[in-house]
Amino acid sequence: MSEFIAKSALELAAGLTSGEFSSVEVTQAHLDRIRDTEEDFGSFITVTDDLALATAKDVDDRRSRGEDLHALAGVPVALKDLVVTEGVRTTAASKILENWVPPYESTVHLKVKAAGLPVLGKTNLDEFAMGSTTEHSAFGTTRNPWNLEHVPGGSSGGAAAALAGFQAPLSVGTDTGGSVRQPAAFTGTVGVKPTYGSISRYGIIAMASSLDQVGPMGRSVADAAALHMLLAGHDPLDSTSLPDPVDDFVALAQNGTLKGKKLGVIKQLIGEGYDAGVRDAFTAVLDVAAAAGAEIIEVDVPSISYALDAYYLIMPSEVSSNLARYDGMRYGLRVEPTEGPVTAETVMAATRAAGFGAEVKRRIILGTYALSAGYYDAYYGSAQKIRTLVQRDFAKAFETVDVLVSPTAPTTALKFGAESASDPMALYLGDVATLPANLAGIPGLSLPAGLADGLPVGFQVLAPAREDRRMYAVAGPLEAALEAAGSRVLDTLAEGLTK
Amino acid sequence: MTESSAITPEQVAHLASLSRIAMSEDELAALAGGLSTILENVARVNEVVGDDVPATSHPIALSNVLRPDEVGATLTSEQALAAAPAAADDKFLVPQILGEE
Repeated sequence: MSEFIAKSALELAAGLTSGEFSSVEVTQAHLDRIRDTEEDFGSFITVTDDLALATAKDVDDRRSRGEDLHALAGVPVALKDLVVTEGVRTTAASKILENWVPPYESTVHLKVKAAGLPVLGKTNLDEFAMGSTTEHSAFGTTRNPWNLEHVPGGSSGGAAAALAGFQAPLSVGTDTGGSVRQPAAFTGTVGVKPTYGSISRYGIIAMASSLDQVGPMGRSVADAAALHMLLAGHDPLDSTSLPDPVDDFVALAQNGTLKGKKLGVIKQLIGEGYDAGVRDAFTAVLDVAAAAGAEIIEVDVPSISYALDAYYLIMPSEVSSNLARYDGMRYGLRVEPTEGPVTAETVMAATRAAGFGAEVKRRIILGTYALSAGYYDAYYGSAQKIRTLVQRDFAKAFETVDVLVSPTAPTTALKFGAESASDPMALYLGDVATLPANLAGIPGLSLPAGLADGLPVGFQVLAPAREDRRMYAVAGPLEAALEAAGSRVLDTLAEGLTK
Repeated sequence: MTESSAITPEQVAHLASLSRIAMSEDELAALAGGLSTILENVARVNEVVGDDVPATSHPIALSNVLRPDEVGATLTSEQALAAAPAAADDKFLVPQILGEE
């Protein structure tokens, strides 16, 4: 394994700044790693070798001229293929956008480019981010680097596998109901869903607009924090973008302490439905936190019991509305019906039939139902009221504790094909611990909590809205305490991957 | 509504038509089963909230802001049409929209 591959993003940044090595060397090492392992992992839909090396060379040149560069300049990054990249094919893992080359730039990619991070490529996902296994991609299978017979989670499965497979030191994902945190948990990496509005959604292909949030991912809390700082900030192009100043999340993660911190264990998110191995790993983390001076308190967030139901009405409703734009007229796939008249309406129906996968169709139909006359109040209206209850319950819980904690997911990574077509709810239940944060707009982070039967378990930290700093100030020292206690999940991974 | 949340293939056909997605009989039947299962599970949402609970449509309370109405850079029509399935005379070319009669 190349010496560069195992380094953290901040280690790479330090080495680049001191001139110990060049961005071209670092970027080439990661591209080589992708070439050697991609057949196993399948993390990427598109690899952008030439573009990455051109950026790396440019950063190296600018550094040698003594230019003032961003702290992460020259550190490679992978982007989920839901992030629009001008001039580079952007698919959302859907056949309907198979050959779409965007004519405009997302704010996320603009910031990444401006800071000089070489983009290694676009990572695989469940089609339009709908799913939690990355099996719903029209562009092939992504495998979990821990065990190739298991899924990497989803929908940001490619982003997480690229990190765990040491193909990229940083990844950008998106999280609508847990799509960054759950794959991070399944791959032993760190995934952050910031407060809604912390990172601009301009140029992020929309799934459910009131829930979608861009998520920085890395192999350590500080790495994810550094990427969060790069991507965050107000954007006039996104009317839901927060005007808040961006805190120094890296410093908070590195200098925080658990001493005196109150960690609230959410009663509703532990116990029945959670694998014994997940519960054991979670409890072990609580013991480490307590030994480091944290106070562990059990708290009640009663409406969480209904959050899943509300989510699976609100999310498809917004999906059905957002995906109406794929009509085969202005961009993307167009398919003409094989029989009958060729009109705008029949072409739309044939295009959407051929372009969308089964899960996307299911959610569009479900959302259309929930929004239709006669059902709107009972379904969509009630779900929005539950959303209010979830927000209130979180606010009340945060009156007594600094952060709330839970396992990130009830299980470890599932085997391929575990999903039962006849019972979609069985898989949807996997989102039970993550989606409440999206309903409430609060930030959440998943960090490695050790292993259960050889697969990683995630530990989730939740903070109040616009208090992302609090999440880092707990997650950083918790990660350090776990490493001091001998739980270095990533070492296991690095050793396991050295062939 | 909770007792009768089962969805028939005929209902799915109507929803598919509203959603502009062509579907085979097999797809309609499979979706009807899956949707019924989902709705049986989520239908209880209207049992737990009363009229006194306001609806939340947006997670963070922000007031709407308008920017100054200034002319800025936009895509050229060439750029906008570059990804179109069909274009002619500087415009999107679409199938027949209005009926013959």
